[in-house]
Amino acid sequence: MSLLIRDGAVLSDDWLLLADGEAPPKTGKLIVSWDRWNAERTDLDLGALEVGLLLPNTLDVTAALGDLLGRPLLALSFPSFSDGRAYSQATLLRRRHHYAGELRATGQAVVRDQLQQMRTCGFDTFLLRNDQNPELCAKSFHDLTVAYQPNLLNISGLRPGKH
Amino acid sequence: MYRYDQYDQTLVDERVSQFRDQTERFLAGQLPDEEFRALRLRNGLYVQRFAPMLRISIPYGLLASRQLRMLAHIARTYDKDYGHFTTRQNIQYNWPELARVPDILADLASVQMHAIQTSGNCIRNITSDHLAGVAADEMLDPRPYCELTRQWATFHPEFNWLPRKFKIAFSAANGDRAAIRVHDIGVQIVCNAAGELGYTIYAGGGLGRTPIIGPMVREFLPEADLLSYFEAVLRVYNRLGRRDNIYKARIKILVKETGLARFRDLVEAEWEQIKDGELRLQAGDLDAMRSRFDRFEYDDAASLDTSFDRKLAQDTAFAAWAKRNLAVHRQPGYQIVFVSLKASGVAPGDMTAMQMDAVAELADRHSFGEIRVTHDQNLVLADVRQSEVYTLWQSLRDLGLATPNIGLLTDLICCPGLDFCSLANAGSISVAQDIFDLFDNLDDQHDIGPIKVKMSGCMNGCGHHSVGHIGILGVDKKGEEWYQVTLGGSAENDASLGDRTGPSFARDDIAPAIKKIIDVYLSLRNSEDESFLACYRRVGMAPFKARLYAVETA
Repeated sequence: MSLLIRDGAVLSDDWLLLADGEAPPKTGKLIVSWDRWNAERTDLDLGALEVGLLLPNTLDVTAALGDLLGRPLLALSFPSFSDGRAYSQATLLRRRHHYAGELRATGQAVVRDQLQQMRTCGFDTFLLRNDQNPELCAKSFHDLTVAYQPNLLNISGLRPGKH
Repeated sequence: MYRYDQYDQTLVDERVSQFRDQTERFLAGQLPDEEFRALRLRNGLYVQRFAPMLRISIPYGLLASRQLRMLAHIARTYDKDYGHFTTRQNIQYNWPELARVPDILADLASVQMHAIQTSGNCIRNITSDHLAGVAADEMLDPRPYCELTRQWATFHPEFNWLPRKFKIAFSAANGDRAAIRVHDIGVQIVCNAAGELGYTIYAGGGLGRTPIIGPMVREFLPEADLLSYFEAVLRVYNRLGRRDNIYKARIKILVKETGLARFRDLVEAEWEQIKDGELRLQAGDLDAMRSRFDRFEYDDAASLDTSFDRKLAQDTAFAAWAKRNLAVHRQPGYQIVFVSLKASGVAPGDMTAMQMDAVAELADRHSFGEIRVTHDQNLVLADVRQSEVYTLWQSLRDLGLATPNIGLLTDLICCPGLDFCSLANAGSISVAQDIFDLFDNLDDQHDIGPIKVKMSGCMNGCGHHSVGHIGILGVDKKGEEWYQVTLGGSAENDASLGDRTGPSFARDDIAPAIKKIIDVYLSLRNSEDESFLACYRRVGMAPFKARLYAVETA
């Protein structure tokens, strides 16, 4: 069972991740894939449902902003431990385009050894890989207490900052 | 030297703790092999043929004497009494014990050193001209720019999981000694017609399986825009670089497949969004960074010395060494001294703990306590009063570090090869020794003149064979070690890739083949002033090929 954490605390996940092909409920909070959203948005976007999107890490988020910025939740994908494309997606969404909803990290890299970098890039919730210990993950946000790029730049001694 | 402040130190110390925890979890079976591999590589730790290999970062090749002493301590305490300086100005140890690596990192942190990002698919050590700050042909000192870049790149949250490794090199001199055109980004610091400082940016160069001389992506980038432009390039690469095939994942393939014009447009469009943001350097930033480096007080009276010229006239061995192993310092009365790590019987770039301690001592005595590592795998003592050069030479000679061969045939670059590296297809160190034996006679070497021989034990190209005037590449043929030869490569201003001579050579034939190439050159050059490279470019491959592959008749 994967746990969801925010600010180091375990949250109950009230979003339902809908598999492609699975029928949507009438009300509630749903996460659907980007492809399904594009195919069925008129059926899904009816007001009674809150719809979040699961984005592939190959998506050019800047080109899709119109669909993304108003969503209450965007889930970005880390399909393997070492595929870091979603770091750039998160940075663009949060830092450049000021996306204000929940930005959720999902997939194989959502482990204690990468959480701190993810948070710096703008993720605020983390669906931990199911082998992860949430207490140790919470601690990992404090592995490094200083950085040269908290919000993308600090040059030591010139404009120092903190995580 | 760049001096750490508390901020820099805290980061390095915390990284030691983080890596110690990762190592302990791996040893306790709590971290999957593949993940520990990716994490340990980000700290320079490979698992090699016989033991782990630890690569330690030497930013832009600059070392303080106390740091070199620490490297000696590490060689003695954790390894087999030696270290190996690499073509990217770093040092590697071949025999550390995995469980003790965190202790090594803690020792390094105590002298402002680390192994951060010396491997893995992230931004690697920033390299530069080993004569930065002292070269006569330099416009300004590139090292403050390198350090800014190092800090921007260190644990950059967005760019720590790139498609592949990423290497950046800087040059600020007329002569490129940092091989900037074979880097993922090469930066030439320039001054434009209006007298403004800035950079010419090359991108998508690289060696390895698909060697490419990096094309220019921007002729003039204003000084303040360095980091924002890097960020734009890296963001385009992180998003669009291929991840389906490790051999097509470097940025050079992205540039090639996208097309230079389109790649440039993508970078410019991204840069346009961020160039006026927080990455833009502010007035005073570079001065502040410069102030973090030690400044040396040169003595104008040093040029009044007459003993140096007298010794040159009196001692022919000293004169022979001085001819090859000194370079012109921009301060009159001072000399740049090369410490050759290419001696017979020693793997190129190797240095013992005793030699490291001794050179640290010599640096303290003669060169403001500072040492540089060159990408040709030698060391430099850059600020020696000419009156002290003779004494220094005697000390280096006693240490076996005064082979008068800098820039000559036996000053060859070589990777660790099959003897240590798990990637290698063939040995390189023993071939280097064969070549050394064939050309040991210095008069012959002087006669041959400046030449760069570069050898790699596999096509990953750590020995930069593609850009050697003579390149040697070890290949595996049905379990046997064979060697391909290329001619005419260069990593300098006139950067070019070498051309294959033809079929590869068996282990016993490779050194004799090099001898034949040299013989052809000596017979065809139009004067003693025509270098091997110039001669090859004039006469082409045909005469070399004819001699190398001539059928022996009885």
